[in-house]
Amino acid sequence: MNVIVLSAVWGVVMMFSGLFIADKSKAKYVAIAGLLVLLVANYFDLHHKFLFASSIGNMLQFESFGMIFVTIALLSTLLYVLLSGAAVEKVGNHAYEYFALLFFVLCGVGIAASYNNLLMLFLGIEIMSIPLYILTGADKRNLKSNEASLKYFLMGSFSTGIMLLGIVLLYGATGTFNLVIPAVSKASENMMVSAGIVLLAIALAFKVSAAPFHFWTPDVYDGAPTVFTSFMATVVKVAGFIAFVRLFENAFGGMTDVWQYTIALIIAATLIAGNITAVFQQSVKRMLAYSSISQAGFMLFAVYSVNAFAKEGILLYAAAYCLATIGIFAVLIKMKDFTFEGFNGLAKQQPLLALLVSIFVLSLAGIPLTAGFLSKYYMVLASIKAGGLLWLIITAMLCAAVSVYYYFRLIQAMYFKEGDANAIDVNPRFKALLVVAAVLIILLGVYPNALLLDWFHIL
Amino acid sequence: MPINYYIFLALALFCIGVAGVLTRRNAIIIFMCIELMLNAVNLLLVAFSKMHYAAAVANAPGTIVGTDAQLFVFFIMVVAAAEVSVGLAIIVMMYRNTHSIDINFLNRLKH
Repeated sequence: MNVIVLSAVWGVVMMFSGLFIADKSKAKYVAIAGLLVLLVANYFDLHHKFLFASSIGNMLQFESFGMIFVTIALLSTLLYVLLSGAAVEKVGNHAYEYFALLFFVLCGVGIAASYNNLLMLFLGIEIMSIPLYILTGADKRNLKSNEASLKYFLMGSFSTGIMLLGIVLLYGATGTFNLVIPAVSKASENMMVSAGIVLLAIALAFKVSAAPFHFWTPDVYDGAPTVFTSFMATVVKVAGFIAFVRLFENAFGGMTDVWQYTIALIIAATLIAGNITAVFQQSVKRMLAYSSISQAGFMLFAVYSVNAFAKEGILLYAAAYCLATIGIFAVLIKMKDFTFEGFNGLAKQQPLLALLVSIFVLSLAGIPLTAGFLSKYYMVLASIKAGGLLWLIITAMLCAAVSVYYYFRLIQAMYFKEGDANAIDVNPRFKALLVVAAVLIILLGVYPNALLLDWFHIL
Repeated sequence: MPINYYIFLALALFCIGVAGVLTRRNAIIIFMCIELMLNAVNLLLVAFSKMHYAAAVANAPGTIVGTDAQLFVFFIMVVAAAEVSVGLAIIVMMYRNTHSIDINFLNRLKH
C-alpha cells in the first residue's frame, strides 16, 4: 500500500521539480531520493505497517511473495537509475517527466504484485503499460522510436481488450471479480469460465511477450531508446510475470486441467521461437530482445507449475534476470555500435567491463555458480514437482543449450576478435556499481537462501 | 429479454473490432476498432450486472449484487480515455514525421 501511494505521489513530485529546478542533470538525484523513500515504504509494507489508513475492501492483498518482488523491482530500478540515469537525461529535453513516468510504472508494478481482484489486475497492468507507450516514443524525431511506440500502443491496447473480455466472461459465470472463483455447476457457465481463462492467458502472454504473441517485442525493444528498453525488458516484464503467476495460482489453481496443457504449448513455442531467432541476430540490442523472449519461456514454467517451488523460483529468476540484463544494457548504452562487431576487442580496451559483461552473459545463459543457473534449475524443478511433461523439460534443456551459442558470441567478440571497441565515458563509480551487480549475481548463485529462505520464509 | 441476446450482440461487436484491428491499415481506424472492443466489453458488463442483480433481488430485496460490474465500466472508460490521449499523441507524432498514418509505413524495424 505504502509503495503504491508513494510512487504515484513521487511521480507528481518529479513533475513539479521539473518546473522548479532548471538544471536537468539534477533529475536523477530526485529520482534516487524517491526510490530510497519507496524502499523504506516497502520495508514497512513487508512488516504490514501501513502509513496510510484506508479501506481497500480486500481488493489488494499484501502477502510476502508480492512484497518481496516489489523490493526486488525497486532495488533493480535503483541500480538502473544509478547506472543509466545520465543516459535517461540525454534522451530528450524532458528528463524530469521521463523519471516521473518511471515512477508511475512502479505504481503499476506495486498494484500488479498485490491485486486481489480482477479490477485491480486490469488497473495494475494498464498503469504499467500506458507510461511505457510514452517512454518508447520519447525520442520524438526518431522514426524508429515513433514506429516502436505506435506498434507497442496498438498491440498493448488490443491485448487489453482481450483481457477485459476474459474478465467479463469470468464475471458473467461467477458473479464476482474476486480472485477466488466460486465453483460453477451449469455447462454454459463452465464454458464461460474456460473461455475467460484462455482469454486472460492470451492477454497476459501478450504482455509478457510469450510466443505466439511475441511479434511486437523485438521491434519495440529495438526501436525504443536503449535506456527505456532496459527498464521495459527487466522490471516491467518480470512484474507481468508476477501478475500472471498470482492470477493462475490464486484464481485458477484448482482448474489446472483447463489451462495447463495450453501453457505448456505456449512455453515450448516461446522457448523455440525466442532461442532460434536470437541465433541469427547481428545487433546485440535485438539479440537481447529475443533473449528476453526465451527467458520469458523459462519464467512461464512458474505459471505452468503452480506450487511453492515456482514462487520461490520466480523471485530468484526476477532478481537474477533483472541484475544481469540491466548490467548488460548499461554497458550497451555506452557503446558506439550496437552490433556484435561493435564489441570486438573490448577486453583489450576495458578488461574489467568485458569481465563483468561476461559474468552477466554467463548468468543469462545459466552457467553454474551464477544466479541464472539456479533460477533455471528452480523453474524446471518446480515443473517436475508439478508432474511436468517430459517433452517440455527436454525442449527447455535443448533450448538452454542453444542459448549458450548466442550468448557466447558476445564473449567471443570481446575476448577473441581483433577490434577497437571502446566504451565512452566510463567512470569508476559506474564500474563499481557493475561490480556490485556481478557480485550479487554470484552470491545469489552460490547462496540463494539469502534471498529465498532467510527472507521469504521468515516474513 | 434473455441474456443471450446481449451476449451475442456484445460478442459480435467485439469480433467486428478484432477483425478491424487485424485487417485495416489506417492507424486511426485500428484505434477506433480497439475502442469498439472495449465498448463491447462495457455493454456485456452492464448486461451481466443486470442479470446477477435480477437473480439476487428475488431472494434478497435491496441487494447490491451487480453494482461492482457497473463500477468496473467507469474504470474501463477512464483507462480508455487515458489510452486515447496517449495514443492520439503518438499518432500525431508519427504524422509529423512521415505525413502519413498508414501502418504500412511501420517497416523500418524489420530486418
